[in-house]
Amino acid sequence: MPAALTLTEVVVAFGALRAVDGVSLSIPAGERRAIIGPNGAGKTTLFQAITGMVQATSGRVVFEDADITALPPHQRARRGISRTFQITNLFPTLTVRQNLFLALRGLAPGKFNLFGMPKPSADEAARTEAALLAARLVGREDTEVRALSYGEQRQVELAVSIVNQPRMLLLDEPAAGLSPNERAMVAEVIRALPRDITVVLIEHDMDLVLGLVDQVTCLHEGRVLVEAPPSEIRGNPAVQEVYLGRARHAAG
Amino acid sequence: MNRGVLWLLALLAAAVMPLLLSSYHVDLATRILIFAVLAMSIDVLAGFVGRTSLCHGAIFGVATYVVIWVMAKAGLPAVPAFLSGVVAATLVAALFGLLAVRTSGVYFLLLTVALGMVVWGICLRWTGVTGGENGLRGQDMRPALLLARENFYWLVLAVAALAAWAMQRFVNSPFGLSLRGIRDSESRMRALGYNVPLHLFIGFAVSGFFAGVAGALYAFFNEYVSPSSVAMGQSVAGLLMAIVGGIGTLFGSFIGAAAIILLENTVSWYTDRWQAVLGLVFILTMIFAPEGILGTVRRLAAPKGRAR
Repeated sequence: MPAALTLTEVVVAFGALRAVDGVSLSIPAGERRAIIGPNGAGKTTLFQAITGMVQATSGRVVFEDADITALPPHQRARRGISRTFQITNLFPTLTVRQNLFLALRGLAPGKFNLFGMPKPSADEAARTEAALLAARLVGREDTEVRALSYGEQRQVELAVSIVNQPRMLLLDEPAAGLSPNERAMVAEVIRALPRDITVVLIEHDMDLVLGLVDQVTCLHEGRVLVEAPPSEIRGNPAVQEVYLGRARHAAG
Repeated sequence: MNRGVLWLLALLAAAVMPLLLSSYHVDLATRILIFAVLAMSIDVLAGFVGRTSLCHGAIFGVATYVVIWVMAKAGLPAVPAFLSGVVAATLVAALFGLLAVRTSGVYFLLLTVALGMVVWGICLRWTGVTGGENGLRGQDMRPALLLARENFYWLVLAVAALAAWAMQRFVNSPFGLSLRGIRDSESRMRALGYNVPLHLFIGFAVSGFFAGVAGALYAFFNEYVSPSSVAMGQSVAGLLMAIVGGIGTLFGSFIGAAAIILLENTVSWYTDRWQAVLGLVFILTMIFAPEGILGTVRRLAAPKGRAR
């Protein structure tokens, strides 16, 4: 499998703080990869560097054989990188359908239509329906996002990120703050994604992660600590030390 | 549909008004329409992009200056003069847009104040062109057909209605929807592939174009311009009209402009301190009807249990 994403010695420094401190990793196309690590390990900052929300201080970000290190976020999005946000980041005063419409038009030439009506084309309508179905939002499409429950907003977050059929999907804690039922549903949605999408997932819920992914990268203090398949992660002493906690280690 | 019929009736009522009013009140109504266009242009940014501008009075005034200057000094006929005023205002807005689009919130507000002050300073000091504090006076600017105040009122009404319709289409277009997306979440818009600064720039220029239309109309209405037409007070007045009418309602600007201008006229009969009264109105609006007059009416008229 060719690599979808390759990071080479990526550093993101905020003043003296090196939030990401020389991370190198390579993710094959179509892989499901989890990024785990304690709070402050640099997971979200790494996502920001991949999507261009922050510029890497040094190092290289290569997506599908193209160096995207210096590109602004909207140009990376046009290459097929899509993401969800850890804290729900939607358009609260717009309806679910309008949120999806904006997601679709972000990559379409029609967005500079200053005078027409916001009517989706047949193809856009089909994609919208598919995303609504995949994120299990059918029946809620004409509700304003601010009137939805938190769980439903997380579903919209997913729908917005998949409606464009991205090449790579970055999910930042997609199940954070959800009830067990809602978590299981999010896991189902992720599992049902087409295999040709590369999925990178930040998640704290080990049970959710380990059942979903092919490979796990554990970050600690901005560096890659371990990279291993999920079956080996739980037993890895270094991971137990920094991530699962000393207490459990001691008790066990 | 219902709402469309309502606005059509309002337009009809506005059209027959000059037949019933005194000439003084026709002038007042003309002024209200011109300032409603200015307030709407501000509402396009404040209500749909979440950027509150305090330089639209200056953009408006640039159009007024240019129209009067090219007619009085360069001898251009009325229509090309009108168009050059609108073009000049749009260019100034585009320039301001370039500088302002990377900011938001209070920084955007302060930057637009500063840009407006620059225009004011130029108009005050460049006396050779602008006449400095004396301003510029035009003479017999209106074509013969528009000399009667009723005729001029109907022209302004037609332009204002057309501008209102165009702005309504603009904010509801796919591009307008993406501006509302930027208002709600800039970072998500970037992640979705939108060039946010470019969108803000276009939005700013379009809004400036409509402020320019209002300013060019004002030139023919007033036939005189001085630095006070580009001063911050002008921007504040426009914004106040948009707020009192209802930010984000667009057509509320007609109500806001009517309320403020009528109030100004009534109060100034009794006291010179009408600006203090204006401030009080603003405070009361913010406390009791922050959605403005039209916003509040819509909320009360909406079926129970659903916001908006």
